[in-house]
Amino acid sequence: MIRKQLLIITLSALLAVAGPVAAIAAQVELLNVSYDPTRELYQDFNAAFAKHWKKKAGEDVVIKQSHGGAGKQARAVIDGLEADVVTLALAYDIDEIHSKAGLIPENWQKRLPHNSSPYTSTIVFLVRKGNPKKIKDWNDLVKPDIKVITPNPKTSGGARWNYLAAWAYALKQKGGNEAKAKEFVTKLFKNVPVLDSGARGSTTTFVQRGLGDVLLAWENEAFLAVNELGKDKFEIVVPSLSILAEPPVTVIDKVVDKHRTRKVAEEYLKYLYTPEGQEIAAKNYYRPIDKKVAAKYAKTFTKVKLITIDDVFGGWQKAQKKHFADGGTFDQIYTPSK
Amino acid sequence: MHVTGALKIKKGQKGGGGLAEPALVRWLLIAVALAFLGLFLVVPLAAVFTQALDKGVDAYFAALREPDALSAIKLTLLTAAISVPLNLIFGVVAAWAISKFDFPGKSFLITLIDLPFSVSPVISGLIYVLLFGLQGWAGPWLSAHDIKILFAVPGIVLATIFVTFPFVARELIPLMEAQGKDEEEAAMVLGASGLQTFFRVTFPNIRWGVLYGVILCNARAMGEFGAVSVVSGHVRGYTNTIPLHVEILYNEYNYAAAFAVASLLALLALVTLVVKTVAEWKIQEETM
Repeated sequence: MIRKQLLIITLSALLAVAGPVAAIAAQVELLNVSYDPTRELYQDFNAAFAKHWKKKAGEDVVIKQSHGGAGKQARAVIDGLEADVVTLALAYDIDEIHSKAGLIPENWQKRLPHNSSPYTSTIVFLVRKGNPKKIKDWNDLVKPDIKVITPNPKTSGGARWNYLAAWAYALKQKGGNEAKAKEFVTKLFKNVPVLDSGARGSTTTFVQRGLGDVLLAWENEAFLAVNELGKDKFEIVVPSLSILAEPPVTVIDKVVDKHRTRKVAEEYLKYLYTPEGQEIAAKNYYRPIDKKVAAKYAKTFTKVKLITIDDVFGGWQKAQKKHFADGGTFDQIYTPSK
Repeated sequence: MHVTGALKIKKGQKGGGGLAEPALVRWLLIAVALAFLGLFLVVPLAAVFTQALDKGVDAYFAALREPDALSAIKLTLLTAAISVPLNLIFGVVAAWAISKFDFPGKSFLITLIDLPFSVSPVISGLIYVLLFGLQGWAGPWLSAHDIKILFAVPGIVLATIFVTFPFVARELIPLMEAQGKDEEEAAMVLGASGLQTFFRVTFPNIRWGVLYGVILCNARAMGEFGAVSVVSGHVRGYTNTIPLHVEILYNEYNYAAAFAVASLLALLALVTLVVKTVAEWKIQEETM
């Protein structure tokens, strides 16, 4: 009796899972492997694109999403997660998909405008309402009684931007040099009580668990936290200088050729650059590159002096090697606080 | 404990109160045990359900009916439906071989069965990345033949099987060893075949042990996070199991929904606990 019931349960479970798979075969599917804070952005964007593609090609498109720390996500694609497109936090992780797995050509970043980055962002501070510790700029973060929350630069793209922004700030001060920058970042990380693996994990640590005085966050992530969890609890502080973060996108050639999805995948990324796509990005607090849309949302985004990774650090390959590779500056400066 | 026991005996000689601890110690021990239970079991469990119902009953059921949640539930059921029967068969066979027969390499086999217990689940997941990943041993061949294992359902099932491997066998080995092989030998002498002996003699003796093992195996199969997280790829609506879905909801500030889905696992734990207690009670009855 029991055995018969078990069999029925097993079979129905199998059917339940096999059912939708068979039904999906009639439409196109894309897998977008993205980094942590873009969940809300792509939820909106995917819906808009599905409508656009239906109108244009008369085909239903289902976009599947996967989110996580950018480094971890790139690793999954390298290990065989069949992403049609990747939309990651920084170019280095996509470079790895070229160098470690050869799934895309070396010049991938030249294929779309603006270094293949349809939107930009920057790093800001999120503090508790009323800014009780009076945190205004980077140099406030190294004071002894401040607890700073940031994810781990080894696994999180956002964390690497945080790290480099702090470094660049110290470098640009009067009499700033490499040694002083290193000292500054060392002091800053002495104030970091916990390193989460992704940007969203850090936000949860700061917001939900109430740890720390200041969260170093993506601008969009900070806006989202304020809007989702109450303007009466947090506020955003924009430092005097920050870094221009360009989260790039690309199709994964080997995968789209195998899935025969190149056309729809390329259109998907191009749609990010259209006024509609830019509008959705801006609504989700990514800085649009389209001038008209940018002007419309000028009030949302505080003007801030932004340095670029190419100018200050000579590009991601160099920055990664010097700061985040094994034995790099991050390994030298960081010892977990007890 | 030992010291108090010894002191007790001395006192006992006077009063004749036997080996009982003084009332104060007894109450203290009970209070500590209850406080511990309350703090580490009841409070978190209650917290899960209060958080889950934070936004009302409607929101609770909406969270469970949402397509991604449904697909996570389906995937979790499917994974358990495949891995539990396989580990049931394996566990019974292994326990039978180990407890009723003697052969060289027996203790090595027991060690092997225990292996998944001593390995961190993350490593259990990474084993499959090394084996089936695109940069791994079999990855390029699988990719060329369009067979998906990693970041798809088969990988999740494999990782789950590996992690839940020892549960049934570990449960049955001591039980079957305690029962000895006299009854089986008697059956054999009377002319029963191997299979007859198993189904008529051995199995009826261990059925509650089997149930106990299956329940534990199932609970772990449905609740496994670490190993599954490594091989899942986190594609929402496709390769997320219930525990992974809970993490996603939590990270999306969807606390009520996260706890609503988590409450399913908590309910599973409660059911497991009840069945486990009944099974334990029956086992004791039968080995007496």
